[in-house]
Amino acid sequence: MSEATPPDDRMELQEDPGQQDQRQQRRLRGSDGRMLLDQYFRVACIGIAGISVVILAFLLGSIIYQGVPSLSWTLLSGTPEPEPSEAGAWPAIAGTIWVCTICALITLPIGIGTAVLIEEFKPRNRLANRIFSAIQLNISNLAGVPSVVYGILGLTAFVSMFGLFGSLKGGESSLEIGAVYYDQFTNLASDPFLSMGAENARERYFLAPVASPSDPPTVATSGMEMFEYQGDQKVPVKISVFDPFGDLPSDPEELSLAIAADTIPGRISEKSWYYFSLPFGRGVLAGSLTLMLVILPVIIISSQEALRSVPSSLRDGARGLGATPWQVVWNITLPAAAPGILTGSILAMSRAIGETAPILIIAGIVYIRNAPQHLMDSYTVLPLQIYNWTSRPQEEFHAIAAAGIVVLLVILLSFNAIAVILRQRMQNKVR
Amino acid sequence: MAVCGYAQNTSLRGTIEIDGSSTVYPISEAAASGFNKSYSNVKVNVGVSGTGGGFKRFTKGETDISDASRPIKDSEFAACKEAGVSFYELPVAYDGLTLVLHKDNDWVDYLTIDEIKKIFTTQGNAKTWSEVRAGWPEREIKIFAPGTDSGTFDYFKEVVIGKSETSLRADMSTSEDDNVLVTGVSGSPSAIGFFGVAYYEENKDKLKSVAIVNPSTGAKVSPTATTIEDGSYAPFSRPLFIYVNAKSFQRAEVRQFVAYYLQNAPKMAQATGYVALPATIYREGMMRCRAQAKGAGTHYLTESMEKRGGAVTEVYKSENLVK
Repeated sequence: MSEATPPDDRMELQEDPGQQDQRQQRRLRGSDGRMLLDQYFRVACIGIAGISVVILAFLLGSIIYQGVPSLSWTLLSGTPEPEPSEAGAWPAIAGTIWVCTICALITLPIGIGTAVLIEEFKPRNRLANRIFSAIQLNISNLAGVPSVVYGILGLTAFVSMFGLFGSLKGGESSLEIGAVYYDQFTNLASDPFLSMGAENARERYFLAPVASPSDPPTVATSGMEMFEYQGDQKVPVKISVFDPFGDLPSDPEELSLAIAADTIPGRISEKSWYYFSLPFGRGVLAGSLTLMLVILPVIIISSQEALRSVPSSLRDGARGLGATPWQVVWNITLPAAAPGILTGSILAMSRAIGETAPILIIAGIVYIRNAPQHLMDSYTVLPLQIYNWTSRPQEEFHAIAAAGIVVLLVILLSFNAIAVILRQRMQNKVR
Repeated sequence: MAVCGYAQNTSLRGTIEIDGSSTVYPISEAAASGFNKSYSNVKVNVGVSGTGGGFKRFTKGETDISDASRPIKDSEFAACKEAGVSFYELPVAYDGLTLVLHKDNDWVDYLTIDEIKKIFTTQGNAKTWSEVRAGWPEREIKIFAPGTDSGTFDYFKEVVIGKSETSLRADMSTSEDDNVLVTGVSGSPSAIGFFGVAYYEENKDKLKSVAIVNPSTGAKVSPTATTIEDGSYAPFSRPLFIYVNAKSFQRAEVRQFVAYYLQNAPKMAQATGYVALPATIYREGMMRCRAQAKGAGTHYLTESMEKRGGAVTEVYKSENLVK
């Protein structure tokens, strides 16, 4: 048997196993260089990925290096001031919270609802099929539209509402809920453009309620009861009317309650937290709705993906047990898809937080010292405040802008962290 | 009188909407911030839409005060009239529009208006410095200018071009953000640019300013607080304005704010890098406000809607007031 073995076979057997291994490797590499190419490709991939990581690390490093020294409690809680050391971003942070919260409250139901409709309630006839595919096509295309275009759309659709409800002129909208109007009277002592021997009386302002914003100005009469703000309390006071060029009371207290006969009051309004008006104007609601346009396609598409990844055996099983479509969606599909939907939604929301262009068009750069009080209130957001600071001539403001960027990054990263944690938790639960 | 007491007053309520020029913005911001320290319950919102953008809202009655780095235009004045908006025109500070060069530019010692025309207009269209003046190096001129919606651009155009047929070159790099202009000019040795004096003051270490030959005296004048104030830095020293809606001015909070603005304008102008106007101008402004309806209108247009030019002390007089 051994004699019958062909000589070349024997030679191979006699060879050292290490040598044989080498030859095999050489054949694999050397014959067409495939393995070599693979090695190069791998190095190239690491290099390319490395470049982006290095750039990111450099940017983060330079921002943190510039920004962290300026991070302070003042920055988080203060109002924007012309003095860099006193400048804070609280109104912008509050504006961001308002806009994004309202945006989330509006967008999530609409976005997830649309995804459920498209994925779970498949069309049953040809017409519906057409409509569904048209919607699908639209959503996919809208996801790619630059956000500044949504800003312009929002300006006509939400801010002025196509002019359907009158213009924004003077802030007098045609439909309002939750606003109380007052005529604000000044006493003789408080008009900076009149000085008529009333110097020793203190400055006071009185409010007379007005039934409708279009009423003619209130005419003050002696003995009329008006309100005065003392602290945050409205206190009723009795005013008196005098001719500013006639005899004035000598008692300072009495003088401080005196109103000049020809005083024209200024109309102001007080708005409750539920204040609502049409058109929306440049307020929080218009901004939120515009951001909704930006992130809605993203949320719909990611929710669709999540729903699609739910195995259809689950649905079939439920349906087989006699569940209605609603029961299937609510009890089976949505819970199973929740981790994916949540991740997509939170990532979309973090995009909304950082979005600048549409807000820039809707609200503009505004110096605002107060957090928004109601849905129609003017506001600014963190990215705009940062943009405002970077366009200042003073170097100190650029450092504060860097600190603002650090705050924005921390908010964004914590959002993303929440997304990761929620996803893991819910996945465990579903399993 | 009330304004003497800066004790906090919490009983005055209301909202004041301001919008307009980015050049005036720092002054208005300082005013809003300072005013809020005395009247903490008045909301003052200051927007930055550019002089033109600000007037667009002002003429519709959307804002109470409009910041402007140039006087109102005839078209804007007409729009105001049509909408029934009357206003007080109040100069608040001087700005010296400053032409800046790279730190290493050692050839430009001064510029005449004709030379500026050569650089910035389509008619002059100088591509290299040697075309501007014989003996200057044959290096390409790079121009950095503020955006076309800014009052600074309008003002420069007005001074350099006036009524002539030509226009400013279209191949300039423009930006609404003056820091971009600073970076642009400081990054290229053969560049030239222009913006308000405040940005130059903050970037003196990176840029140098150009002395301008005063066309009437022939002297070479650099932009400093003194030359801007006494008017010798001509024709590029310009007044900055706020325009106050006369109807809004009836409201107590607006009156107090405008009074605060005028009284503190000299201090705020200096703090923000601008130059205070002569005290008489602020007093004139106060008088316009005090005169109620009689003080409303513009000084910078004639009855026939022609532009009126010249030093603010010459123009801002009650006999020039046009309603």
